[in-house]
Amino acid sequence: MVFGKPLPLLFGQLLLGLINGSFYAILSMGLAIIFGLLRIINFAHGAMFMVGAFVTWGLLTYLGIGFWGAIICAPLLVGLLGLVLERVLIRPIYKLDILYGLLLTFGLAQVLQGLATNFFGVSGVSYDPPAAFARVVNLGFMYMPLYRGFVVFAAIIVCGGTWFVVEKTRLGALLRAATENPALVQSFGVNVPRLLALTFGGGVALAGLAGVLAAPLYAVNPGMGSDLIDTVFAVVVIGGMGSIGGAILTGFGLGIIEGFTDVFYPPGSAVVVFVVMAIVLLARPAGLFGKAA
Amino acid sequence: MFGFSRAQLISLVILIAVVIAAPFFVYPIVAMQVMCYALFALGTNLLMGSVGLLSLGQAAYFGLGGYTAGYLVQSLGLTPEIGIVAGGLAGGLLGAVFGWLAIRRQDIYFAMITLALAQIVYFGAVQLTGFTGGENGIQGIPRSALFGLFPLANDHAIYALVAVVFLIGVVFVHRVIHSPFGQVVRAVRDNEPRMVSLGYRPASYKRIMFILAAVLAGIAGGLKAMVMGIQTLSDVGIATSGLVVLMVLLGGIGTIFGPIVGALIVIAMQYYLAPFGAWVIVIQGGIFVICVLVFRRGIVGELAYRLKSPL
Repeated sequence: MVFGKPLPLLFGQLLLGLINGSFYAILSMGLAIIFGLLRIINFAHGAMFMVGAFVTWGLLTYLGIGFWGAIICAPLLVGLLGLVLERVLIRPIYKLDILYGLLLTFGLAQVLQGLATNFFGVSGVSYDPPAAFARVVNLGFMYMPLYRGFVVFAAIIVCGGTWFVVEKTRLGALLRAATENPALVQSFGVNVPRLLALTFGGGVALAGLAGVLAAPLYAVNPGMGSDLIDTVFAVVVIGGMGSIGGAILTGFGLGIIEGFTDVFYPPGSAVVVFVVMAIVLLARPAGLFGKAA
Repeated sequence: MFGFSRAQLISLVILIAVVIAAPFFVYPIVAMQVMCYALFALGTNLLMGSVGLLSLGQAAYFGLGGYTAGYLVQSLGLTPEIGIVAGGLAGGLLGAVFGWLAIRRQDIYFAMITLALAQIVYFGAVQLTGFTGGENGIQGIPRSALFGLFPLANDHAIYALVAVVFLIGVVFVHRVIHSPFGQVVRAVRDNEPRMVSLGYRPASYKRIMFILAAVLAGIAGGLKAMVMGIQTLSDVGIATSGLVVLMVLLGGIGTIFGPIVGALIVIAMQYYLAPFGAWVIVIQGGIFVICVLVFRRGIVGELAYRLKSPL
């Protein structure tokens, strides 16, 4: 017993918090990468997450490709969709006021969600976890469904990998340089428009990957992305969009806070992230890891 | 006259004529719904057009106004005008608090913050069932007599009330935009550092505009609750916040009459396309995308541009 709550309950909520945090971290990281270079807040990020989950389901249902195939194919397909959308819709508005990007992607999210509702209905479809993970292990202090442990593990790998690419590789260095001064980078012979397109594709591919991970956990439904996106926005405001590491830490941290709020004050769990956001705005308007704008 | 340009005056006369004629040609409930949303959109446009801030959480004030009016009239048995005024006040109070927080950040962040704050109101509305009725909403709000004297049960009677409030709203928004206060707000939008150096406090101007937009949203929400006799969770949701932004964008950001035309088209579309289910959402999203890509002035904005006169 800790604070009058049984220990397995606390660990269970910690795991739940880590899982939610995994999705917050992957999604807010993708938003931060896209925003850093393209100066566009992708409101359709949640919709891309939803598309990733439906693609995972579709690969199994129509092509017989299982979870392990989907975890490779679905992000690629979502990334490809991202490349097309960038070329057709987003490239024409780079020069416009920053808010038009938000309006455009807001509309795009509605289109994607509406289409999914038309084809699959509001309640959506269900997807089983891979057979190897469809069991529960006894950790001594709690029982853990193996798939949930895998999600947290996979999220840490994905976040760590993305952080490494952006912060430690030549491609990442180009990306960061183009964020600072695109004209200068272009004058060195780098194809900046292609870099922008790839960044958008890569960012939404991350959202697609999160969708693959989510498919066996939640009901695959058209609203799954829009339910998540406002929390992810709050995470982004709290963390500031300045750093990848900041987005990851904030995502996991808020997932855990949300999980524990559910133990101690259940009605508060839906709003705790937003309340934290309000407090951070009062104390540090630029966000925990943000540079003053 | 009264600061109205010639084209605006003609438009206002046309608008009044349409408002008077409408209930004889279309279902009055739909016409009233258009006017409620138009009032809501007029307020939202004060933020989008004059201040240059995009709020994605306006439904919070609209919904709170509706719940306040619905609760006061149904549970406490107060008269409609008290409900509607209280709705506006409640919206304004919430706007004062949220505006104070959100104004700390600009553009993109401002939009995300207003969205996140509105979600607090949404989840609050889900849980405070004593006030909001939770998932069921407030049902069967009676159309009691205005000031306790004039019965509103008849559709045409309540139509007159909605029309008067709406038209006062149009003139009020025009006055705000063309007042010295409105001039300062637009100057802040165009060059904030310069206004600071001239000794203005941009934050307090933005805050007042935010509160005005919230009051108009609250009044519109209260009116709509009276008209429909029902207040539900969808009125505080993100979809409603997006809907009002679409109305402003489609009609013309920064115009007086644009939000009204936008509200008319969007509500008419919802009404006539209702049998097609989720395709309405797809079409709305598509209009969003097309407006941003090729039609950023909006319908009235484009007209004003062609006529070379503000509308």
